Amino acid sequence: MYTSEEMLQSIKKVEANRAANAAYEPDRMTAEQKEEILATYHPDHIESEFEELKIGPNKGEKVPHELAALLQANSRIDPAKIDLENPKYDVDVLVIGGGGAGSSAAIEAHNGGANVMIVTKLRIGDANTMMAEGGIQAADKPNDSPAIHYIDAYGGGHFAAKHELVEKLVCEAPDAIKWLNELGVEFDKMPDGTMVTTHGGGTSRKRMHACKDYSGAEIMRTLRDEVLNRQIPVVDFTAAIEIILDDGGKAAGAVLMNMETHELMVARAKTVVIATGGAGRLHYQGFPTSNHYGATADGLVLAYRAGAKLLYADSLQYHPTGAAFPEQIFGALVTEKVRSLGAKLVNCEGEVFMHPLETRDVCASSIIRECKARGKGISTGDGLGVWLDTPMIELKNGEGTIEKRIPAMLRMFMEYGIDIRKEPILVYPTLHYQNGGIDITSDGMSGIENLYVAGEAVGGIHGRNRLMGNSLLDVIVFGRNAGRSVAAKFGSVTVGKLTLDHVNKFAEEMKGAGIETDKVSPQLLPDYARKA
Amino acid sequence: MENNVNIYLFGKLYSVPSSLTIMKAMEYAGYQLVRGCGCRNGFCGACATIYRIAGDPELKTCLACQTQVQENMYIATLPFFPLVKQIYDINTVSTTQAVMMQLYPEIYSCVGCNACTKACTQKLNVMQYIAFAQRGEFDKCADESFDCVMCGVCSSRCPAGISHPQVAMLARRINGKYLQPKTEHLENRVKEIHNGDFKEFLDTLMAESNDQLKERYNNRDIEK
Repeated sequence: MYTSEEMLQSIKKVEANRAANAAYEPDRMTAEQKEEILATYHPDHIESEFEELKIGPNKGEKVPHELAALLQANSRIDPAKIDLENPKYDVDVLVIGGGGAGSSAAIEAHNGGANVMIVTKLRIGDANTMMAEGGIQAADKPNDSPAIHYIDAYGGGHFAAKHELVEKLVCEAPDAIKWLNELGVEFDKMPDGTMVTTHGGGTSRKRMHACKDYSGAEIMRTLRDEVLNRQIPVVDFTAAIEIILDDGGKAAGAVLMNMETHELMVARAKTVVIATGGAGRLHYQGFPTSNHYGATADGLVLAYRAGAKLLYADSLQYHPTGAAFPEQIFGALVTEKVRSLGAKLVNCEGEVFMHPLETRDVCASSIIRECKARGKGISTGDGLGVWLDTPMIELKNGEGTIEKRIPAMLRMFMEYGIDIRKEPILVYPTLHYQNGGIDITSDGMSGIENLYVAGEAVGGIHGRNRLMGNSLLDVIVFGRNAGRSVAAKFGSVTVGKLTLDHVNKFAEEMKGAGIETDKVSPQLLPDYARKA
Repeated sequence: MENNVNIYLFGKLYSVPSSLTIMKAMEYAGYQLVRGCGCRNGFCGACATIYRIAGDPELKTCLACQTQVQENMYIATLPFFPLVKQIYDINTVSTTQAVMMQLYPEIYSCVGCNACTKACTQKLNVMQYIAFAQRGEFDKCADESFDCVMCGVCSSRCPAGISHPQVAMLARRINGKYLQPKTEHLENRVKEIHNGDFKEFLDTLMAESNDQLKERYNNRDIEK
């Protein structure tokens, strides 16, 4: 419920302009305007928030302070105390992470006849995949093609993505949708079976497929059900805390820790898949996040300490529309689908200040400019925000659209007495996605033999900015890809003698570089407990 | 403190700011959560919670991440509930009412008490979707249960021992795979890709310089 006088006065202006704003088609920015706004207002360009890594495969490259502190931190274990001779688990494929990518990888590895096991520090399905609302891209309509999708994704990512990864993403997209549909994932369809598709920021064709605004949840719960039907072992509340190599330098398992009892265990594996997701819970630059509780960049830390190279670890995505009010949902995601359906961004004067479907980085920068430089934000109590005028959706598409197409949004705000069918909502950018991650080749393998990566932990698929709907797509395409690759690989792998020498070497390198810290990593969970 | 309320976490009294959600109130009290905390946004069902306001006989349920604290709230979280999930093969499963008789026969022991519906943290009409499942109307069951986060609170209140979220999960998968109309344009596109129809143009694109690709990107035609 809005009670502040400033908000109520501003809402009157928004209401007065609503009909005209809904009909108004704002210009899109030129390439030069986009470059300028990003350089001036995007958080990735604030140099004081980054530092150079002193050691490791990316030595000399810049990453956010919070990530540097974890990449160059102490191990949670003393390698001398780990008994590598008697592993508790011995499998063909060890999947670390129980989200969309990990589950897809496990299912495909299982299809390929591998003895596969999932370990996850929380429960299977506790992942950003579960929270993806808006949809999943695939060029499957007659007016669209993988080539058009390619140009959208590559251009939206500022021409920095790895060509072969984008190619795989767009070419395997329709097959990914078909695979999901055949597993029983429901999609929004017309009575004749045609997919209901919409635009996302930066798309040139309407190729966003959705399951209302629970797209990720519908996909994730189906994948979880399939993993359980196949009786693939899921060891939950168990985190991987170090990668184990063999004496040939190949990945050969992981040290595991029970999250509740802190018991340490060893898993030996012929191949390992890191599918640990993103980093929103590191709260870069103090931003709130739309991410899952476990999004703490663990996979990047594990891989880096074992010697794998990262790519674009300095590139983050701030989703333009995090909830800015009320404080109970501060930072929670307001899906881009709200804008796809016709809601526009409006400042405190009731003016539309940009095209609502620019790419996310441009859109977030534009909101920051409106609030910080132009003084056209609305005070929320916790900071500033701009209006996202949701009633425009029903003005454009008819009554009932909001309940039918974005029920989760309606429910989230209704809890706090805000009816988004009648009132606009306040939004501000929230930390949403890790564009960068571990560098892989197109078969999904990192720089370490037999160490594969899938999902948000990968870098290079999206360049320096990801489009809406390409992440749900990437976890499915690259999860399946990694699963098929390990299934083809494990048969020819002979695991040598297990070793954690790389952990000792990394500690020595830290010493040599003069890094002294109390910090241990991976972080596993954020620490929100108030210290009395 | 003026803006604080008294709450009881597992019976123990804490004074916490009244603006907090139950989840944040637990953290304010000093809990480092491991179980009972997931997406923190109402999608994952990890933080099912049962509470009672002192003096009110009604037992209430909610998700801790989505619910604000109130004065004299007695709170117990339910971070795990032993739902029964039956194993089946989605490719060979029956799509008629018989499948429920076979996998989840206890739904036919429903006594109609409606405790499941009253308990639902998502305010779903749980008893109704179970009724649809009993009759083999899986499309309706799928629709009615769509917002389910599988927290399990419904099942914790059921005298017949039904695992409602798993029944609905099965119905949704049957609906998605077998009952919803097939998508012809999707099938066609997958065939075209396997046939190599787009390969030549993609190869051309991948061989182009970034300047050439920028030209294409900045001048691409955008569907209205």
